[in-house]
Amino acid sequence: MALALSLVIAVITAISVVLFCAHVWWFPVDIAIHGVQIDRQFLITFVVMGIIFVTAQFGLAYLVWRYRREDDGRKARYLLGNRRLELVWVASAAVIFIGLEVVGFRTWAQMQYAGPQAHAMKVEVWGEQFAWYFRYPGPDGRFGPIHPTLMNDAMGNYLGLDREHDPASKDDIVTATLGIPVDTPIELILRSKDVIHSFFVPELRIKQDLVPGMEIPIHFTVTKNALKENDGRYEIVCAQLCGMGHYRMRAFLQIMTRQNFQEWLQKQAAMQ
Amino acid sequence: MADSYSETGRRGGFFAKYIFSTDHKVIGLQFYFLAFFAVLLGMLLSWIMRLHLAWPNLPIPLLGKLSPNGAPGGLITPEYYLSLLTIHGTLMIFFVLTIALQFGFGNFLLPLQIGAKEMAFPRLNRLSFWIMLASLCVLLSTFFVTDGPPITGWTAYAPLSAVGPIAGPGEGTGQNLWIIAIALFCLAAILGSVNFVATALTLRARGMAMMRLPLPCWAWLLTALLILLSFPVLIGACILLMMDRVAGTSFFIPAGLDVSGELLHRGGGSALMWQHMFWFFGHPEVYITILPAMAVIAHIISCFSRKPVFGYRAMVYSQMAIGILSFVVWGHHMFVSGMNPFVGFAFAVLTMVIAVPSAVKTFNWLGTMWGGRLRFDTPMLFAIGFVSIFVTGGLSGIFLAQPPLDAYLHATYFVVAHFHIIMGMAVIFAVFAAIYFWFPKMFGRLMNETLGKIHFWFTFIGAYAIFMPMHFLGLEGNPRRYSALTDNFLKPMIPLHQFITVAALVVGAAQLIFVFNFFWSVFGGAKASENPWDATTLEWSVSSPPPLGNFVGLLPGIYRGAYEYSVPGATTDFVMQNTPDGAQGTPGALHLT
Repeated sequence: MALALSLVIAVITAISVVLFCAHVWWFPVDIAIHGVQIDRQFLITFVVMGIIFVTAQFGLAYLVWRYRREDDGRKARYLLGNRRLELVWVASAAVIFIGLEVVGFRTWAQMQYAGPQAHAMKVEVWGEQFAWYFRYPGPDGRFGPIHPTLMNDAMGNYLGLDREHDPASKDDIVTATLGIPVDTPIELILRSKDVIHSFFVPELRIKQDLVPGMEIPIHFTVTKNALKENDGRYEIVCAQLCGMGHYRMRAFLQIMTRQNFQEWLQKQAAMQ
Repeated sequence: MADSYSETGRRGGFFAKYIFSTDHKVIGLQFYFLAFFAVLLGMLLSWIMRLHLAWPNLPIPLLGKLSPNGAPGGLITPEYYLSLLTIHGTLMIFFVLTIALQFGFGNFLLPLQIGAKEMAFPRLNRLSFWIMLASLCVLLSTFFVTDGPPITGWTAYAPLSAVGPIAGPGEGTGQNLWIIAIALFCLAAILGSVNFVATALTLRARGMAMMRLPLPCWAWLLTALLILLSFPVLIGACILLMMDRVAGTSFFIPAGLDVSGELLHRGGGSALMWQHMFWFFGHPEVYITILPAMAVIAHIISCFSRKPVFGYRAMVYSQMAIGILSFVVWGHHMFVSGMNPFVGFAFAVLTMVIAVPSAVKTFNWLGTMWGGRLRFDTPMLFAIGFVSIFVTGGLSGIFLAQPPLDAYLHATYFVVAHFHIIMGMAVIFAVFAAIYFWFPKMFGRLMNETLGKIHFWFTFIGAYAIFMPMHFLGLEGNPRRYSALTDNFLKPMIPLHQFITVAALVVGAAQLIFVFNFFWSVFGGAKASENPWDATTLEWSVSSPPPLGNFVGLLPGIYRGAYEYSVPGATTDFVMQNTPDGAQGTPGALHLT
């Protein structure tokens, strides 16, 4: 029994390590600048946790085997503890765990504490049950006001814009696809019409909830390699339970060269 | 079982013996079987969900007849999937994990282990169970109302849960009933916890100093304190949510909402406030489920290693540290919620701090085994399995506790893997270890060891087979709470989902071995002696099962700590807590912890 248990623990550990390290299932390609830091932080954590995982599991397997009861009359040790070892253990755990947090701090600060660059291109992201809409401010650079009383999906006025009376709304461009140019700082402003949704693009290494009543900014810059995969087309999915259509609340992020983006935006503007 | 209880003085019919019994052992068993029923139902729901995810076009037998709206032709609608998910989570977290070790085993064992005849407030205990049962009935009644159970998950985030039926099916009566069920549950738990605190503090036998208490007693006390401090917050949140739903208030509803084309005339509320209130309860809640488990494991490892618990005081202080810190980490569920990111970092650091006492406990379980003389009876197998699984689940938490990583992993299957491994498997392993260990005491009979071992192997290997792959799904970005896997990037994940489903069904089927063993042994197992495991704590000094009043005649005096195994100079490899110094079997001078 001891041998079987030891072996099973060891084999499960080994199989897990192999599957994780072989990257059989792993993160998709990173297409954002800040993604490099996130991936590095993950790797550091992965290695440290991997070492602890293997040590603890193999340690357990060893103890099971080494101290199994046999017919040799050996008595168990009457050991109440070891204060020094306890303190070493506490200190090590604290240093490793809190250390990981501190090492990753800068990444979080850059994602969340620092705002976007001053000239970042702003795009609003709107979520509703169960669709995404994106609003570009147009040449005037200003988003027009939202009038919930004017919202009418059936007539195509998803965001309740009053283009006749609000000058800032006249040139707003509302699209169903999030077009983004490469190498350009972007600021997304997340808003919701109804319940909490969450904007998630795995390749972008970004997830942020859309909270009704709030306007939540996030920022990133997409790198050129984004154009190589899937023709620059990535899925945007909802990552916060928002109702029965949560699973199918999907849109697409289309990465383009700067020139293609301008052409696309003009085409979209013409369709408003 | 029933014979013994009735022989020893509890006369009367069915009502006196069971419905109105104030005997803590009877009440403990009632909670125990309530949790038993809840886990079977919760598992059934999970099998249905997993079958649907893996093979969405496969009609599920019988379901079409049982639920023609939710599963026409046996094929689950998206909203029904979410209803199943909601009830699954609610059942498992509240009615299984919170009840089993604390109110089931705790009620049965606390008075016995501290040397008391009964709990401090037996009638309060009685009331607590009935309110708990009412709560379960209200929860399950959601399956029988039009539109069925709510679709908001066990976390019921506002405004989805606050705006009423326009948010979706199940968001009318179903959500209202859920709120009532939860409020009743919290009330029952609070009443029960008052009892635990009073009992542990005031009814210990002479000589049972706090630092001589078996570790589970410490856990039952501290967990009861956590319940008293955190559950009222959930009741408050539920009241506010109910008011938003029926009284036209806007605690959680901001202005200007357009829900499915309907403009809501509400305003001034904060959607995030629900999350703060819920998780202020929710995080202590998960430690409420794990603290008794960790203590039971230390207790059982000690017995089957024939060694004292390594670092008893450190174990006690770790429990306290975990309990206190559990109140200041709730924001780690909210890193990407729109909460202030500075505050997010503070929660992150505190979350890492709370990982330290858990690591201490892991070290001490291993330290208890080191140098021991290990016996691999079924309780010990599940205890060792717990340690392995706890390590795995705990380490995945270290990824999630870092905001830049959580920004990717939040609400993916990586989180589902983490909490299922740590709660769905580790705590359940502690429950199994406790069941196999205390079965002889509770029912006066022995469970079958061979069947127990077979059950262990299926469940241990199966636990990893089901939940390890979910980490991979999370790394690929598979969001959780999806009723179908239709996105392009999810399609390659479907074979992995199918593997998980098959593993879940096999493990589920293997639990029948346990169920059979359990009931067969209750009625026909070999009779158990007072102390079949040669354990040291007081419950093993009385008959199996214990008589009414627990200790016939004088209450025991306590002379030593709870883990006096392999004491040098003693003639047996264990000395019970109520054995006086100098009595047969004890050496002259003993450590008094």
